Amino acid sequence: MSPSTVRPRWVADGRAWISVVVETTPQIPSRGTASRYGGHNPFTLPPRTPAYETRGGRSVHVVIIGAGQVGESIAADLQHDHDVVVVENRADRADELTYALDVLTITGDGTDLDTLEEADIGEADMVLATTDDDETNIVACSTAKAITPSAFTIARIKNTKYLRTWEHDEGAFGIDLMVCTNLLTAESIVRVVGLPAARDVDVFAGGRVQMAEFEIGDGSPIVDQTVEEADRFDSLTFAAILRDGDVEVPRGDSCLLAGDRVVVIGSPHSVQTFARTIAPEESPDESAEVVVIGGSEIGYHVCRLLEKRGLSPRLVEQDHERARTLAEQLPETLVMESDATDMGFLEREHVGDADILVSTLDSDEKNLLECLLARRLGVERTVAVIDRTSYVDLFETVGVDVGVSPREVVAEEITRFTQSGSAENVAFIESDRAEVLEVEISADSALAGKTIRDAMADLPECVVIGAITRNRELIVPRGDTEIRAGDHVVVFVETPVVDEVTALL
Amino acid sequence: MRVDWRTSVAVTGTVVKYTAVAMAIPLVVALVYGEDLLVFGASIFCVLGLGILLERADPEPDLGPREALLLVALAWLAVGVVGTIPYLLAGYGTASTLAHPVNALFESMSGFTTTGATVMGEISTDRHSHALLLWRQLTQWLGGMGIIVLMVAILPELAVNGADLIQAEAPGPQLQKLTPHIQETARVLWKVYFAFTLLLAVVLYGLHLAGFAPRMNLFNAVAHAFSTMPTGGFSPQSDSIAAFSAAVQWAIIPFMVVAGVNFALFWHVLAGDTREFFRDTELRTYAGAVAAFVAVVFGLLYAGVAPPLEIGGTTEGTVEPALRHAAFQIGSLLNSTGFATSDFAQWGTYGQLTLLFAMFVGGSAGSTGGGIKVIRWLIIVKVLRRELFRTAHPDAVQPIRLAGTVVDEGAIRGVVVFSLLYLGLFGAGVLVIALDAARIGLELTALEAIGASLAAIGNIGPAFGRLGPFGSYLALPATSKLWMVFLMWIGRLEILPVLVVFTGSFWRR
Repeated sequence: MSPSTVRPRWVADGRAWISVVVETTPQIPSRGTASRYGGHNPFTLPPRTPAYETRGGRSVHVVIIGAGQVGESIAADLQHDHDVVVVENRADRADELTYALDVLTITGDGTDLDTLEEADIGEADMVLATTDDDETNIVACSTAKAITPSAFTIARIKNTKYLRTWEHDEGAFGIDLMVCTNLLTAESIVRVVGLPAARDVDVFAGGRVQMAEFEIGDGSPIVDQTVEEADRFDSLTFAAILRDGDVEVPRGDSCLLAGDRVVVIGSPHSVQTFARTIAPEESPDESAEVVVIGGSEIGYHVCRLLEKRGLSPRLVEQDHERARTLAEQLPETLVMESDATDMGFLEREHVGDADILVSTLDSDEKNLLECLLARRLGVERTVAVIDRTSYVDLFETVGVDVGVSPREVVAEEITRFTQSGSAENVAFIESDRAEVLEVEISADSALAGKTIRDAMADLPECVVIGAITRNRELIVPRGDTEIRAGDHVVVFVETPVVDEVTALL
Repeated sequence: MRVDWRTSVAVTGTVVKYTAVAMAIPLVVALVYGEDLLVFGASIFCVLGLGILLERADPEPDLGPREALLLVALAWLAVGVVGTIPYLLAGYGTASTLAHPVNALFESMSGFTTTGATVMGEISTDRHSHALLLWRQLTQWLGGMGIIVLMVAILPELAVNGADLIQAEAPGPQLQKLTPHIQETARVLWKVYFAFTLLLAVVLYGLHLAGFAPRMNLFNAVAHAFSTMPTGGFSPQSDSIAAFSAAVQWAIIPFMVVAGVNFALFWHVLAGDTREFFRDTELRTYAGAVAAFVAVVFGLLYAGVAPPLEIGGTTEGTVEPALRHAAFQIGSLLNSTGFATSDFAQWGTYGQLTLLFAMFVGGSAGSTGGGIKVIRWLIIVKVLRRELFRTAHPDAVQPIRLAGTVVDEGAIRGVVVFSLLYLGLFGAGVLVIALDAARIGLELTALEAIGASLAAIGNIGPAFGRLGPFGSYLALPATSKLWMVFLMWIGRLEILPVLVVFTGSFWRR
């Protein structure tokens, strides 16, 4: 769980509502949502099963304020199973969404009482404020909370100072969940930096389990090996091989080819060791030379988080005042004041020798240019912040090693939150081709008490049990490992069978 | 708006008036010892009158920042001048060297600025009254924590501009407020200062009562406490601390070292926060510098840099005397006290040069010590390192940090400017003193001239050669003495607040 999202531990009917039940946390009685629905909590069912009938004909009412890219992306994810109302102040944009999505749109100010009442805020179960303005989001959530105290409010925030206030007094501003774009993006970048060969990294079970996606390069020692040969790592499971856009569940005799991508699940240490083995030249350590271009909030948080890991990054910022401020706030970072596209500067400071370059400038084009320049100078790995989600694939094709889209990161976080039923934690692979879920096994689960071999027989083919944590300790899943109630299981599931699997678990 | 100099003069009058109150202490001493009451009685009368007269320049003084600067400069000059009155009255018609106004001014300014350089011939209670010798000690004690700080502590009307005033007077680049009210801060500083003085007097007199210090009677105990805590250096004994037993010398060493520490830190200790105390970068550097210099001088003394001396004895090949003399001389000279237990003017060149080098360090900001100060050296070293780094990496942005806190660039500029002015004035001082001595045919060695200039501007006191710890500045021509008075004055107030008064733009609108 990333520290930027603290989840409320609401529990109804003995099952998690929307939350990570931290393994040892005693379950806290609900705040009354259950009674409102005649003892049936609307969220207790696996979210993707059509749930209207079981809720006495009433579906979950979600109000989304702000139809930017984040708002749209979340609305798109929720449209089928929830009643979604989108409030947007630009009429043309609202119009656009009315046709694009199966949602109701209302044109108006999300902080305005009349507009909110028009959106039927009184019946809302969940309110998401995702405009580009922090203060608007906070006020919108506060307003919604004032009208409908039972509604769950989520605000998207850019500035960490509000997050700090909120963390200090959870529930401040009437916000139940605060998602900080800049911090989440920075965390996402730092995870990628920490595992240089990884294209994507997610953490499960409070950090005890990591899932990572790696691309196998031409020179990698495991090229042309079978999975059985390559699997010499303790507590590491090969969950999937992604080849030519297809997802393949690996078998012992599956052969790994150059250009394949593999998804592995295991302890952070084994994932790290694996990263070092498949790409020795990119092996990350504390002497890794990281250059961050652009002193935006994201750039600042990247450096701050890297400092925490014992690295001393270099940060390039063009603005004099900003550079000075950053230098004052980041004692271990060497801040340089220069135009980062100035070749003279890049050569003078030997930026080409850097292991990783992270570009967090304010425009996508500049970030692309920066990464291409860095590539040319010899930087081993480039990471770019890409605002426009649709550019990510394009940029990665052109030569950016990893593109991180803040909107995607936030949308993923919020969607993960709104969708999780008993599944506590979700990561999406290959834009939704497959998911990695973390599930707590309940006593009445079909898997409880079975060995993995038996359990696998019950489950569809495209499922891999990646890791199990029991009493907060990692257990490597082998065929004869018994699954017990209370275990946390991290499973890799292909999207088409997700509903089937979550129902079984 | 032009500077309202009348305001500054009027408040200076108030400061002068209160100086008369301080003179009541030697008057009481005179009463106790059955000495001539007229000297201090008349002095009090004169000073009080002068103070009241000056106060009439502006019946309702309203200090602005510039008036505050002028006041601080004027007030220190004024107390230096009125401090001469007892010397002049006591010396009138006798053979005392202090009967000469220039000598009296030198002695008075040397006292208030805690320099401790003397032109008094034959320092002993046989030749001078106890009251006068105590006044000489008392001037140091008053000047140590600062007369303006004292005024802010006791006068509510000064508290409004107290921050400006204390900033101009207190040693160190930045004002440290301990409490929201500046008056409270000033009181805290004086209380800590008073407590240490009292403690030292008790310790010294205790040693006497216990039989470890036959000559340290009550008068000497108080007199030396008055001189140690302000890093002064005057002693009513002609052979300074060498007159006392090894136990007294050892007892004084830690107090001298403490006098060079930021007194604000002791406030934190009293408040129960010892972590702040031990984590203070300046304190650690200061302690490290003291320890390093003591080790070097101990090594030199052990190896025999000092010949067997009449004052100080033999140190070659000994452990306790060598260590004691090393610790005492460094504890005294590094932070500008100026006491001595060994006639270091007769040490070998290496020993004297080491001491000269130590004199450049100075005490800590917020201490009573003079000199460039440890915190400035720390900042200067960091600035130099940054400049070297930036030569290789011209685009780097590097704030200077002290213990994790960013130092403001304006403050850094102030530190560099101060240090340059300090070294410049020191250099000019050497030249003036050397040429002036040559003018009257006085032979002065290079080390003597250098020592004299540094001793004055750094408020240290003793120099080398004839101007050493058991010598006197009496032989210097009057012009040199006046020049040194100027150096002591400007050195005590850390140059800029005084120098600014001499610029045209200060007086224009």
